Parts: sequence; C-alpha cells; structure tokens
Amino acid sequence: MIRQPAPKPEILDRRDAIVADLRALLPETGVIAEAIRLKPYETDGLSAYRQPPLAVALPETTEQVAAVLRYCHEQGVRVIPRGAGTSLSGGALPMEDAVVVGMMRMNRILDVNYPDRFAVVQAGVTNIGITNHVAPDGFFYAPDPSSQLACMIGGNVGMNSGGAHCLKYGVTANNLLGLKAVTIDGEILDIGGSHLDAAGYDWLGLLTGSEGQLVIVTEVTVRILRSPEGARAMLGAFKSNEIAGACVDAIISSGIIPVALEFMDRPAIHACEAFAHAGYPLDAEAMLIIEVEGSVEEQDRLLGQLSEICRKFDPISLKVSNSPEESLAIWKGRKGAFGAIGRISPDYLCMDGTIPTSQLPLVLRRIQEMSDSYGLKVANIFHAGDGNLHPLIMFDANDPESFRKAEHFGADILTLCVEVGGCLTGEHGVGVEKRDLMSVQFKAHELDQQRRLKSAFDPDWLLNPSKVFPLPEAA
Amino acid sequence: MIPTSEADVVAAVADAAAKREPLLVQGNGSKMGMLRPVQAARALSTSGLSGISLYAPKELIISAQAGTPLQVVENTLAEAGQYLIAEPPDLSAIVGASPMPQTIGGVVATNLSGPRRVTWGAMRDHVMGVRAVTGRAEIIRSGGRVLKNVTGLDLCKLLTGSHGTLGVITEITLKVLPAPEASGTLAIRGLDAVAAVAVLSDALGSPYSVSGAAWLPADAAMRVDGLEADGQSVALIRIEDFAPSVDYRIGRLRDQFGLPGMTVLDTATSRAVWRAVADARPLAVGDAVWRVSVRPSAGPAVLQAVRDHGLSAFLDWGGGLVWLSGAADETVHAAIEAAVTRSGGTWMLVRAPDQLRQVVQVVPPEAPALARITRQVKASLDPAGILNPGRLYAGM
Repeated sequence: MIRQPAPKPEILDRRDAIVADLRALLPETGVIAEAIRLKPYETDGLSAYRQPPLAVALPETTEQVAAVLRYCHEQGVRVIPRGAGTSLSGGALPMEDAVVVGMMRMNRILDVNYPDRFAVVQAGVTNIGITNHVAPDGFFYAPDPSSQLACMIGGNVGMNSGGAHCLKYGVTANNLLGLKAVTIDGEILDIGGSHLDAAGYDWLGLLTGSEGQLVIVTEVTVRILRSPEGARAMLGAFKSNEIAGACVDAIISSGIIPVALEFMDRPAIHACEAFAHAGYPLDAEAMLIIEVEGSVEEQDRLLGQLSEICRKFDPISLKVSNSPEESLAIWKGRKGAFGAIGRISPDYLCMDGTIPTSQLPLVLRRIQEMSDSYGLKVANIFHAGDGNLHPLIMFDANDPESFRKAEHFGADILTLCVEVGGCLTGEHGVGVEKRDLMSVQFKAHELDQQRRLKSAFDPDWLLNPSKVFPLPEAA
Repeated sequence: MIPTSEADVVAAVADAAAKREPLLVQGNGSKMGMLRPVQAARALSTSGLSGISLYAPKELIISAQAGTPLQVVENTLAEAGQYLIAEPPDLSAIVGASPMPQTIGGVVATNLSGPRRVTWGAMRDHVMGVRAVTGRAEIIRSGGRVLKNVTGLDLCKLLTGSHGTLGVITEITLKVLPAPEASGTLAIRGLDAVAAVAVLSDALGSPYSVSGAAWLPADAAMRVDGLEADGQSVALIRIEDFAPSVDYRIGRLRDQFGLPGMTVLDTATSRAVWRAVADARPLAVGDAVWRVSVRPSAGPAVLQAVRDHGLSAFLDWGGGLVWLSGAADETVHAAIEAAVTRSGGTWMLVRAPDQLRQVVQVVPPEAPALARITRQVKASLDPAGILNPGRLYAGM
C-alpha cells in the first residue's frame, strides 16, 4: 500500500468550519461533506487505493474555483483537482485532510470556430463530448484515450493524455492552443489563446501534464481537425513477438506512418477474443492492427503496400477490412481489452511504460519471466509505433499478497522500461502509483529542480500533494 | 568561450555564477539580432558541442549535440529518407547577425518553425528530450529518447523557446518522420488578403491534410523564384504525401475552389517556393522585422491596421503568421503592438537596431500574476540571473 503523509490535525479539527466556509463561496449544492456522498470521490481509475476526502467542492465558474483556492491557500488546506476520476495512476486520489475540487459542473462548450479551427471548452467537458459536438460539421478532436467516453478535457490536460491515434496526431500537448487556469492563491491565468506559439516561456507546454501540481485548469482552447475522408483497418497475425516487431520496423522504414499501429501479444489476443468474438487468430503469438486514412483509393493503395510488407514476415493470417463494419470488427477486440481482462481476472493493474521499439522482443521476454516468477498472469497491449507499452497485470485484490506481488511486478516492469532506454509513463502520468519510482528515472538534483518549479507556482505544496514527487524520507 | 564538453559548460557556468557575471548564451550567433540585446562581458557558445549522438530511423528518433549545424542534422535524416516535419526556417537573410550556419540548439532554443507548423506542430512538439546546464551549473535531463513520455514536469517544452535564459541546452532528441515522396502546390492568383485567407481556411479545413497555406501580396510574390506572379498576389496551398495522393488531393481542392488564375506547382518548384516562404524571403527586408501570430482569420485585419506604415508583409499559417518589415521606428512598433493586442495574439521583434529593441517590448508583456511566476521560474533555474539576462524582458 502506498505511503501517504499524515493529515494535518488542525485541519481535521476544523472540518465543520471549513465546510461552512466553502458553502458560503459556492452555490447551494456545490459542497459535499456527508460520508455517504463522499464515497464516489474516495478513489479513481486506480481503485486499489481509497481515501475519502475532507469535503468535495463543485465550482461552476472560474471565479468560484479561484475563490475556493484562495480560501484553501489562506487556511493551509490541501486541494485535490479532479475531473471524471478515470486516472489509472491515482492522480485524483484524495487525502483525509484535503478538499477535492471536482470540475464536472464546468461542462459547457463555450465557442466553436471552424474557420480558425478551434473550440473553447470548460474543463469538465468530456473528451468525446468535444468530438461529438463538432462531428456533424465534419471535425474531430484528435487525442482519443481509451477512457474518452468519460474522461474530461481538464484531466486530459493534467495528464497530457494520449490514445491509439497519437502516432499521427500527437498527444494532448500537441493539440492545445490556450488555457484558463487558477493558481493556488486564486489568481486567474490566461495562457496562449486561439493563435499558435506563445512568444514568452511555453507555459502551455509546462502546465500540460503537470498532474495538478501547478494550477487547476478551468477552460481549454483545443485545436479541432477536419476528419479524414475515411479510415480502414487491417489485421496481421504472426508467429512470434520478434517477427511482429520486425514487421513494425519494416512498416516505419517504408515511409508509411499509419494513423494507428497496435500490437497485442498472445494472452491479450486470447482474452480479447473470448470477450469480443472479433475473429482474432488464436494460433498467433502476436497480432498487429494497422489503420490508414484517406479516400477509398488512398486506403486501397496504402493497405496494399502494408499487406505486401506484412507478407514478408510469414504471417499466419492477414485480414484487410473492406468496409467500416469490418474495420469496426477488427478494432472491437482491442477496444474491449480492459473489459476482456476484467472478465478473466477479478482485478488488474494497467501499467504504462514507454520503450525504444527495438527493445520490444527483449522486454516482452523479460516480462514473461517476471510473470512466471511472480505467478501472476500478464497480457501486453502496445502502441507499437510510439513504443508505449501497456502490460495488464492480473491479480486478486481480496488477497493482499496477490496485490503486493502485482505492485512489485509492475515496478519491475517500469524499472526495466527505464533500463532499456525508455520511461516510467507514456500517457497515464506518474500520479501516486509511480511516485516512488521517480528516482529510477531521475537523479536527486533533477527531481529537486522539478520541485523548485512546483514551488514557483505552489510554494506551500497544497496542490495535489503526495503525487509525482517521492515523499521526503523522514515524513 | 567555446567549451568542447558538457563538463566544460558546467565549469563555465559555475564560474560565471560564482562571479555573478552574465553570459551571452548562443550557438553560432545567427539569431543574436532577435529580441533584446544581452549585456554580457563574455559569450558562451555551444558550437564546440557538435555531432549526432544517436540516430534510430526505425524508432523515429535522432539525438544531436546542441552545436551541431542544423544542416548536418537535416543531411543525416535525408540520407535515410526522413526529415524534421516542423520545417525550421533559416532566417539568416532577414536577421543577418552572423555568417555562421545555425545550430540545432539555436533552432530549439528559439522554437522557430516553418509553414508546416499550421498543421503538424512546432519544433517544441517534436522535442522528445533535452540535456541542459542550468544557471545552478547542474546538468538536468528531461524527456528521453522515446516518442511518448509524461514522466515528471515537461522541462523539454519549458527550455524550448526559452532563448537560453533558463539553461544552456547541450543535447537534444527530436522526433523525426519519413519525408513525403512528393510535394505539390495549388497557386491561386489575384486574391486580396481577406478572400485569400477565406480560401486558405477552406483548404485547411478540408480532409486533405494541407501542409502549407500562405498568401503573398503582389510585391512579395515577385521576390520568389518560380511563382511567375505577373504582378498579382498569390495564395499557396501545399499538399505533401505519396505522389498519387498529392495529385488526387490537389485535384479535389482545385475542383472545390473553381477559381480563375489557378496553377499547380510541381514537386521541385513547390519545394523551392516553400523554402523561400519558410525563410521569409518574400519580405523586402527593412531595418526592422516582426513575426506576429494571431488566429488565422485575424491576419488580414492586422495588415489593414498597419497599412499606413509602408511595411512589406506576407501571411503564412493560413493567415495566422504575419511577417512584417519596415522602418525601425517606435511608432511603427506601437501600431503593430496595438493591432496584435486587439486581435489577441503575440509578436516577436526578429530584427532591429539595438536602440529600438532596447526600448520596446520585443514580445508581449505578461499579466502581473504570470510575470511573477516567470520571475520565480527563472530564479529557480538561474538564481544568479546570469543566463542571457534581458533577452526576453528588461531586467530579467
């Protein structure tokens, strides 16, 4: 279990007064303090960790966020920003003495500008909500994390979320133009705008992926893109991870950058097939899903070239979609991966490291050895184009020993990712989950420099404390 | 000082910090005419740190020491059929500060991107890792050598475009991509700025992945070889992809617009024309050059607002990037500031004599709350204030 700093007794003692003060700052239903109603806020997508907060504040405007933060700053109250609570790294895990600031009531789309290709949305708008809003006019918002039906754009900014299509379109940071954000002392910052490239320091870049350590984001100006004429997928099944990995190299070397290039290993194929009946080849050791975009003729040409490349790697099977329905069927298993693993195991940890793609065969071999030695099953899903690996470690949360082993197994995988030249997290964030592994990737003075940057925004360390940075040893 | 190792950079910075002696941090100095002049007794050049340290074409990654000439990086990539999609410009013709070739460190430290920025992102979007020596004389790393990385605060982005004021960048890792097989450009003659930007906006809002959208008024078009402008303005719309896709997509756009005065530039001409656009060569370079970024539809309004100042101008990024050149005059600068502020954008003074760049805001001032954070962040990385003091903001 993760170590958390002790709550401040003087804050716990003043709980009722703090709740009353917050109620004075927000609309009538904007503060939650009853134990039963705090329950939904006690955890996030990393549900193994739970802690009810002191209270939950649900502001409806940037000014209300500013008022709440100013108050918390004056009173020395810790603050946990929260969007939809889908973080897989425990980024929204509360603390006993902290106020959760939930952004879900700020869920309006404020402006859509097609000639200039941007939309201004409040932080609590869901990721899919943006695309759904502009899709009738032929546009979309590119980053597409798996949780896109639920996750909110404010959280996407906080974690710099990615998705299956970021090989072509980039991650959240590459798709933003501006932010409205509030500092812990209640100052409202306007960063960027509807134009490209700030002339001063790149605050947009620093705040994106800062995991609630620096500010609370209340409004986001996103770039919206015109949808391609069409998209189609193909599936290739191979005899080993090495062969599928070599095929990925050959695809990238050919000059084709597919819009998505997903890799699944044998356990992932089997789990997804049992769940989704997508027609995946059960005799394969590894499988690639490749998607291309363009007109029908362009799709035909690219899929033809890709098939030719795949054929050089002695595939067990190749299936090229001929219609949107067939593409959907190919994606069906992959998109249901989390549900599929959930069906064969009571609980799982979804890890998120990045590795140089050349290291994939080695890393998968070592993960299998670890799986054998820990006695826990693992399935691997890999954004093959950009090296982002998602091992899903299966365990039983009712068995503390099983959970302990799963945590160690996950830490071993991430340490391996760093050892082979990669990093601890590609798109889920450090959160509380990988906090204590940060010293594997960074030297002490490098972490100290990052801490100084946090202090420049939040000198009293009230914003989302105990995440990202390892706790002081003596705490 | 031209250190030849990162350790020597550390020693030089440590020495300067101990003496609280400002350093002019630069690569080959090709952009020293940009922004505010730095008052420093000594210069620290990264030009002695040179060479490609890692190139993994199959992983779309290249690492180079900061002083490596950009051209060396681009040549290395070209041999493997790859390129830098952010299309960094060569502004030597307009900044004119040094005859030496620009370094990759200089390109990243200034975050300068070319016409493809409008669709495919800036240099900062492709910086995957940096090593830098801070004003504390500490070597820090951010990012790494993989394409997707959200581990810790993103100092790659903070250092990119910080103009050497937060750290001396010593090594950079970039995301690279396969270079497109073909380039084609639809040239539309005779449109005024407003009509042109409407067409560029339609093109950028089409499903055809337009990778360049510029408008050159008649005099600017005359300065670009291959355009055959015949005294007319030219709107340029670029597609880069496999050759059949370029033909198909240009054909679709041509049909969609159905305007008189349309021609198609072949791959070689298209590449040469866009090189000129990237490098701002359509400008008649006066004593001062401004690079303005606004939302694309506001570009024509900026041109309109400054029309009485005799400026040479053209638009890139679908109208959002406004290049302006003319007299180095405070009145002209004030007019540009006012026009950009009204449109909600940003400006950068790219070239001017010292007497102008010392007295005007070379980039927009920040609101007080953000300015305070800027000072604190600067102090956290450079507590003695020795790295390029005054380059972006007076007194910092």
